[in-house]
Amino acid sequence: MDTVNKIRTSELQLAQKQTYDWVGKGFHLLFLCSAMVGVVSVATIGGFLFYEGLPAFQEAGVSELILGSEWLPPALFGIFPMIVASLISTAGAVIIGVPVAILTAIFLAELAPKWLADIVRPAVELLAGIPSVVYGFFGLVIIVPAIETLFNIPAGNTILAGIIVLAIMILPTVITISETSLRALPSVYKEGALALGASHIYSIFKVLVPAARSGILTGVALGVARAIGETMAIIMVMGNAPAMPGSILEPARTLTANIAMEMSYATGIHASALYSTGIVLLVFIVLLNTTLLYVNRKRSC
Amino acid sequence: MKKVIGLLAAVSLITAPFVQASTTITVSGSTSVTNVMEVLAETYQKTEGKNVEVQGTGSSAGIRAAKDGTSMIGMSSRDVKSSEMTADTEKVVIARDGIAVTVNNANPIQNLSKDQIAKIYRGEIKNWNQVGGENKPIVVVTRDAASGTRGAFEDMMKLKRKVNGMKVSAITPTAQVGNGNGMVKTIVANNTFAIGYISLGSVDSSLQALKVDGIAATDENIAAGQYTIARPFVVLIKNNVAQEARDFIDYILSNDGQNIIAEQGYIRIN
Repeated sequence: MDTVNKIRTSELQLAQKQTYDWVGKGFHLLFLCSAMVGVVSVATIGGFLFYEGLPAFQEAGVSELILGSEWLPPALFGIFPMIVASLISTAGAVIIGVPVAILTAIFLAELAPKWLADIVRPAVELLAGIPSVVYGFFGLVIIVPAIETLFNIPAGNTILAGIIVLAIMILPTVITISETSLRALPSVYKEGALALGASHIYSIFKVLVPAARSGILTGVALGVARAIGETMAIIMVMGNAPAMPGSILEPARTLTANIAMEMSYATGIHASALYSTGIVLLVFIVLLNTTLLYVNRKRSC
Repeated sequence: MKKVIGLLAAVSLITAPFVQASTTITVSGSTSVTNVMEVLAETYQKTEGKNVEVQGTGSSAGIRAAKDGTSMIGMSSRDVKSSEMTADTEKVVIARDGIAVTVNNANPIQNLSKDQIAKIYRGEIKNWNQVGGENKPIVVVTRDAASGTRGAFEDMMKLKRKVNGMKVSAITPTAQVGNGNGMVKTIVANNTFAIGYISLGSVDSSLQALKVDGIAATDENIAAGQYTIARPFVVLIKNNVAQEARDFIDYILSNDGQNIIAEQGYIRIN
């Protein structure tokens, strides 16, 4: 009886202790608040964009705005050429940048001798820290004249110049995340493949890269988001003409450039049209992330 | 005690900028006017010890900032329309400036007529050989729509057209757009096919200013009314603006201020 009582009181003390666990609760709240910062920011930005941008959709009409090909404020607000420019420049940057980045990541994680990796890795990390205005300046002084001579065109401020600059800008993001996910793989994968008689290269492409796919895709998604959201460098190298580009050797204006160039002075329906440009951009990024998330889930099942 | 002293020091550090800010004169607007305004502000700071903060945001933004009070003084590089004025704002012309139509140093063209320039900007003339130059395509460079230089250029060259009853720019949409005098200058200085318009005060040896209808873009020709692509530099203030801002404008209009304006390549008004 006595022992039973003892156990009961100690249980009771334990229970009391748990109810008064302020420190635990406090940390719980701290974690929750931290997690909410991002969510609340996205919700606020999204809500703000829709609140400011909806008048333009109402006044100009959704189809005139999204499919219209003439941007002539304050009369016409067609952003279709800018949607095309944003998509082409981002797609081009991914086509050039992602293969280079993934091969670099494989090289760093699997093949490079230590001394070489010690040179390449800091160089890549440095690339991530260069401000976009410097990329833009580099593009304006080096890439734009190079395109002029290479393709014999009058002006090198073209979508191609934007693609090249963006391809370089997304490298560090994709390389770093891909390399980390390759390194995080259990060593038995590689050892097993080698033990079965696979060559090193075969095991990289058939075992390691597929196993790290989810991480690599995350890197690609972040790279794409960086490319579609880039503004300053693009304004400097792409010429910013609001007309529909006929090829990648013509100037064009991206969605982000349109907002940045005109926001400082736009009023009324014009400002609202710029916010709706932001809505379109947001919708694109959401679609993109959802698609990648979906692909990722499907493959890993 | 130490803590209290430390706290006082911290508080004074934090509040010091605010105390100073009360005498800071804020100026924002046209990137063209910013060039000369920064020099004026610097000299004024040295001689009078008053802080002046200058920001280049574009003429329309400057006019708006002066009206809603975010800046004490708004700068515009085009005339402020009466529809943009309110009863409690006043405008002061501080200088005049020409807009130079510039081409690359390697371009043999020296002279264009106003009509030819307008046609190039409308996209009707696309090759230099149509205006007496080499058989090369023309790369048209313009400014962003916020620019007072663009607004004044469009007004003076009749580069406006009506769409749905609203006045819009008639400049070809395939023109390259530079967001600032410096950007246009860099493009024209580096591209042998380019034509661009910038504030006359910004012209230097990296590019050449064309004669328009045979008349060179010089201060004398503008003052004499010969070179007609010229516009006023205007500052906008509210009636009840702080005395510091009025003193600063008086200084700009004084002989010293006007000398600085002339040194910077703009035209004095008195």
